[in-house]
Amino acid sequence: MAKRLIEVKNLKKHFETKKGLLHAVDGVNFFINEGETLGLVGESGCGKSTTGRVVLRLLEATDGEIIFEDKNILDYNKQQMREMRKKMQIVFQDPFASLNPRMSVAEIIAEPLEVNKVFKSKKDLDARVKELMDTVGLADRLMNIYPHELDGGRRQRIGIARALALNPKFIVQDEPVSALDVSIQAQILNLMADLQKELGLTYLFISHDLSVVKHVSDRIAVMYLGQIVELSDYNSMFRDPQHPYTQALLSAIPVPGIGKPKRERIILEGDVPSPINPPEGCRFYGRCRHRQDICKGQTPELKDMGNERFVACHFTGNLK
Amino acid sequence: MSKKENLLEIKGLTIRYTTEEGTVKAVENMSVEIAKGETLGIVGETGAGKTTTALGIMQLIPNPPGKIEGGEIIFEGENLIGKSAAQLRKIRGNKISMIFQDPMTSLNPVMTVGEQIAEVIQLHEKKSAKESMIKAQDMLETVGIPGDRYKDYPHQFSGGMRQRVVIAIALACNPQLLIADEPTTALDVTIQAQVLNLMKKLKEEFETSMIMITHDLGIVAEICDKVAIMYAGNVVEYTDRDTLFTSPKHPYTLGLFNSIPNIEEDEDKLKPIKGLMPDPTDLPSGCPFHPRCPKATPECAERTPNPVAVKDGHVVSCLLFEK
Amino acid sequence: MANVNSAVDMKTPQVDAKKVKKKRSQWYEVWRRLRKNKAAMVGLVIISILLFSAIFADFIAPEGYDDQDLTRRFASPSSENFMGTDHLGRDIFSRIIYGTRISLQVGFIAVGIAALTGGTLGAVAGYYGGKLDNIIMRLMDVLLAIPSILLAISIVAALGSSLVNVMIAVGISSTPTYARIVRASVLTIKDQEYVEAARAIGANDFRIIIKHILPNSMAPIIVQATLGVAGAILSAAGLSFIGLGIQPPNPEWGNMLSSGRHYIRDYWHIATFPGVAIMITIFGLNLLGDGLRDALDPRLKN
Repeated sequence: MAKRLIEVKNLKKHFETKKGLLHAVDGVNFFINEGETLGLVGESGCGKSTTGRVVLRLLEATDGEIIFEDKNILDYNKQQMREMRKKMQIVFQDPFASLNPRMSVAEIIAEPLEVNKVFKSKKDLDARVKELMDTVGLADRLMNIYPHELDGGRRQRIGIARALALNPKFIVQDEPVSALDVSIQAQILNLMADLQKELGLTYLFISHDLSVVKHVSDRIAVMYLGQIVELSDYNSMFRDPQHPYTQALLSAIPVPGIGKPKRERIILEGDVPSPINPPEGCRFYGRCRHRQDICKGQTPELKDMGNERFVACHFTGNLK
Repeated sequence: MSKKENLLEIKGLTIRYTTEEGTVKAVENMSVEIAKGETLGIVGETGAGKTTTALGIMQLIPNPPGKIEGGEIIFEGENLIGKSAAQLRKIRGNKISMIFQDPMTSLNPVMTVGEQIAEVIQLHEKKSAKESMIKAQDMLETVGIPGDRYKDYPHQFSGGMRQRVVIAIALACNPQLLIADEPTTALDVTIQAQVLNLMKKLKEEFETSMIMITHDLGIVAEICDKVAIMYAGNVVEYTDRDTLFTSPKHPYTLGLFNSIPNIEEDEDKLKPIKGLMPDPTDLPSGCPFHPRCPKATPECAERTPNPVAVKDGHVVSCLLFEK
Repeated sequence: MANVNSAVDMKTPQVDAKKVKKKRSQWYEVWRRLRKNKAAMVGLVIISILLFSAIFADFIAPEGYDDQDLTRRFASPSSENFMGTDHLGRDIFSRIIYGTRISLQVGFIAVGIAALTGGTLGAVAGYYGGKLDNIIMRLMDVLLAIPSILLAISIVAALGSSLVNVMIAVGISSTPTYARIVRASVLTIKDQEYVEAARAIGANDFRIIIKHILPNSMAPIIVQATLGVAGAILSAAGLSFIGLGIQPPNPEWGNMLSSGRHYIRDYWHIATFPGVAIMITIFGLNLLGDGLRDALDPRLKN
């Protein structure tokens, strides 16, 4: 069996707000094997980006465990965590906001190396920066350019190069292509796939776009209001979604093609409810077609369905 | 395509922006037409000129720096270009209305949604404030929001609900033409499905013609009758929906299809279009797509392709199809 | 309207990388925009002339600032003393040239003190937030509650009147303004993704503040500082005018104005020229400050 690189157990992140306690991430469990991509999908506000940041300890978890290479990194102190950061990195959604506008391309890529004092000489540092730029497909001559002069695709390449600088094992991809045009998006997705193969990287790929997630992921977790409602390999997920929310989500995607739709469209009623002080019971209750009384009172557990499939619904297997 | 009466005909529309860096050819020699009740999709990436086209039809191009350099926009038999500001005000919001991408910024935060809908009605129809308010409530019901929420302010609604309000404003005066500029891009998929469904329903109910500006070919498949694919200000392919999905011709269109991960089938690797969008102030000579085109010949750099009808109602601008 | 922005967005310079090799930082862009603003360039020219005369006062001024010649008291402007002489027969033009030195010194150093202390306090308050933020900002509020000229007067009165004390007084009284400005921009910038990215690579707080937050919050500080120099010069002149600032015979514009006012009915030129000097300086700084604000404001970009 493949080796587990990271395992998240009962992870919670709550924020104090004026209106009450916001349950951004509420008891999330998953693991990612080495060299694998786990896709994390969900709609805005479901807590997927927060999950990514808590896993990297960019935000402190309220509760739970994050086991990275057999050690719980939530126990690490500042110094240990700084060492840890070399192994886990992040690529952000917005290639405009994630690059410091006052720094040149080379300065941005060199920063992780400088901060962690990887190289002693300026020459070695420059050589590494050039190598990284080459890896992500940025021409040398762009070294002294500032990010605002570049298009979104190239900026995202800078972000990727910065994440790669310290030779990490694990990268959280937080909506890395959603700000890009389709033709550029495809280039970046291919680049990420190539890098994963060459460098043996492990990805947590966060996105709201199911077709992208399906394309890149080995396994997919669907999140709704701070909880994972379904987790399985991408094939079973798309062929035979089990959770009513996953079913609706899949059916809602407009398919670029004509002819008979393969799925019957399920239009969900209403909006995602507020994550502030959510009530007991299934979070999806208010919008679910199959809701019953039990769903209101009892929160469904993420049940193992065999074959590494997990579904959190009281009626799993009994739904049409 | 059936020969219905055309509501809107755009002939040779050319729009340019003059900036310090040079002239931006935002829209070049664009010709499309829309019949009554029909939906035209305008598809393209950032900087393709989609939004400029929409603003051009509304005669809302910021001038300076923008200017309509040539062409005609014939709406109900009359050319909109050259109409006075007063005449245009009568058309805008009444006969042609527009839905913007971001429902967060296109509503006024200090007015209730009821007031905002009533405002349009009062502006264009001879109705008292009270009658307008009643109609505003009707409109809210039409888009699936309880009428008694007319007293609420935009911030009290979710993104999807706000976009419904925007749609209600756009449809309040029963326009002939609705221009929707990426109306669902800011929304989640399940909410997008709700809104698209609503738009489809309302379009049939009101027999409104529509221009749907989008970058999502999935939305085109769902809602459009005809499609114009734009690249760097040019319409590179213009055809009906079925032809687009069964036999696309232009290399750019093919490239777009290959760039999208397919949700129904497995593919190992995407085949993206190489290179980047050209600098809008310095477009390549000849066909603007030739530096990225897998089928480019030396001639493509020299001659600008003319639109050619490869089939009745299927127009492609590519030298491969010129003879 | 939202869509107008997006229509203009497509014209943001997606520069073809082949053509750009030289380093074109955002500061260069600011300079390019500033250069197009005529009023700001007039301001810049005025400030440059003043700086030049302050630095080279020894060479420009025809006479020393305290060369008295009682035989030519109250001489009107003439080819010899083209701004005339004062009640002690000193050449007013020379005194104004030397006065530039003092005024600019006071202006720049006072603003330097204010921007440095205010900036540091504001950055710390904004970055760390919480209790520390509360303590610092409430202290600033206390300072802000006292009219700044009154505060300056009491500081000088306590420390004694000298050039250095005037600088300190004016500096302290304008500190809260900078603290507030810096805090506000730090608050917006610390939530930017590039700050998070820096944290993700293991950068410590000091590096994040120095490398990422401060360079990006410079714009409002620069504008405020430029306009602040004008304010500081005015405050210093005010202090000197009421006799609490720079003492005669040092040629400070404020005290020249003050001593000239006794003779204003008979000899207009003694009080007028220092006044004009103050006016032109403030005018130049304000023009430049306004121009900088426009040039630095990203909303007006392109």
